[in-house]
Amino acid sequence: MIEVRSISKSFGTHQVLKNVNVSFEPGKVNFIIGRSGQGKSVLAKCIVGLMEVDQGQVMFDERNFTMMDRWERKDVRKDIGMLFQGSALFDSMTVEENVMFPLRMFSKVPVSEMRERASHCLKRVNLEGKNKLYPSELSGGMKKRTGIARAIAMNPKYLFIDEPNSGLDPQTSIVIDNLVREITNEYNVITVVISHDMNSVMEIGDRINFIYNGEIWWKGDKKEILNTDNQELNNFVFPSRFMQEIREGLRQMK
Amino acid sequence: MNRLYSAIGRYAILMSSVFSRPEKGKVYRRLILDELMKIGVQSLGIVALLSLFMGAVVTLQTAANIDSGWIPKWTIGFTARQTMILEFSSTMVCLILSGKVGSNIASEIGTMRITEQIDALDIMGVNSASYLILPKIIAAVFIFPFIVIISMVLGIAAGALVGSASGAISLTDFEYGLQYYFDPFDIIYTLIKCVVFAFIITSVSAYHGYNTRGGALEVGQSSTRAVVSSIILIMIFNYMLTQLLLL
Repeated sequence: MIEVRSISKSFGTHQVLKNVNVSFEPGKVNFIIGRSGQGKSVLAKCIVGLMEVDQGQVMFDERNFTMMDRWERKDVRKDIGMLFQGSALFDSMTVEENVMFPLRMFSKVPVSEMRERASHCLKRVNLEGKNKLYPSELSGGMKKRTGIARAIAMNPKYLFIDEPNSGLDPQTSIVIDNLVREITNEYNVITVVISHDMNSVMEIGDRINFIYNGEIWWKGDKKEILNTDNQELNNFVFPSRFMQEIREGLRQMK
Repeated sequence: MNRLYSAIGRYAILMSSVFSRPEKGKVYRRLILDELMKIGVQSLGIVALLSLFMGAVVTLQTAANIDSGWIPKWTIGFTARQTMILEFSSTMVCLILSGKVGSNIASEIGTMRITEQIDALDIMGVNSASYLILPKIIAAVFIFPFIVIISMVLGIAAGALVGSASGAISLTDFEYGLQYYFDPFDIIYTLIKCVVFAFIITSVSAYHGYNTRGGALEVGQSSTRAVVSSIILIMIFNYMLTQLLLL
């Protein structure tokens, strides 16, 4: 389990995160949702240690990540896979080399085994035969899938995914969503998705954390979202009249 | 002034990360070889071209300015040698390379920063500073002396050829001037300088690239800053090393 205990983060005088408490469970797709500029990405970066918190603690399976030095964190980081919003593939490497990269850096297995593992991961994300392509030759969806393949190459315990559907068409988004769902179940990882795509949330979300103004404003599952009285969450999830009508329709169906 | 102190502090912290223990030596060896190609071999063309023309021009200008019969013709060879060895092949070539290599390093690392590739390295537990910057520093410090020696040879050879072809000086006189009062320490001095400049160009450019924030515009700005900072530092260290080593 990942536990975030009372973390706060400021940039100058602007406090971005205010005493955030949240936990993420294994085998579940945990969402952090919220409007732009509310602190979603900062929260994710604080959890994985790309930003230092001002106060509070982040625990990875009872290991206090916040208190660790660089070398101790390295061990935890080997258990973390992350898919970035822009995929963050290394431009100078082929798809296969990108997926093999963490193995090259941290494992001592022969290159042939690394290739095998890379092929397995690429097959898992339906990218067979694309091994020798460079990121510039891939579509947005293929880049995301390569990013996922790289993230799972080391068999991570924790999978962080930042805006998995940004820049993708609705059909490709569903393919990526399903892949995230399947991998979470298959590897029993703790998946944390940062998103504002409600379609994705309703499709694969198990636990949903709504962040507003730097605080966790609401927690629950997707069924509870439909019946919540939380005004800010309602404004976020059902921003248009069309969406509000859909909600009413769903309520009446029940 | 505070910004300068802050930049020096951040540069020192970055360098301490760069020179900390690398993850896997084998991976670094391959990276160093790649950088030797990019920084060294791919710079040879421009350095060779400039050295040839500079050697030729220095010879012709010296010949054109020697009017007095009291000044022997071999002075042309002597001047060409001293100019190429002491200043052009180390300082000028490094200034040129700060434009080519420095801007390349800053924009490459800067682009990696804004596209989150450096974050991806950090997340994996890779020491991104060391992985990205150390191979460049090692490659440059190793290959720059060879580039400088090639520049010296080409510049002096071009001077001799152009000088004799234009009738300004015979090859025998030029050769006499080349050998006249030659101090081998001049070569050591120039190699020391180019090693220091190689370190400045790669580390300062990498620093600017690594600290890029924003988008494409900021990558361009980092690249410009890298070149300007490198040039200023090269001139300052050129003066300091000359004072220290030659006087």
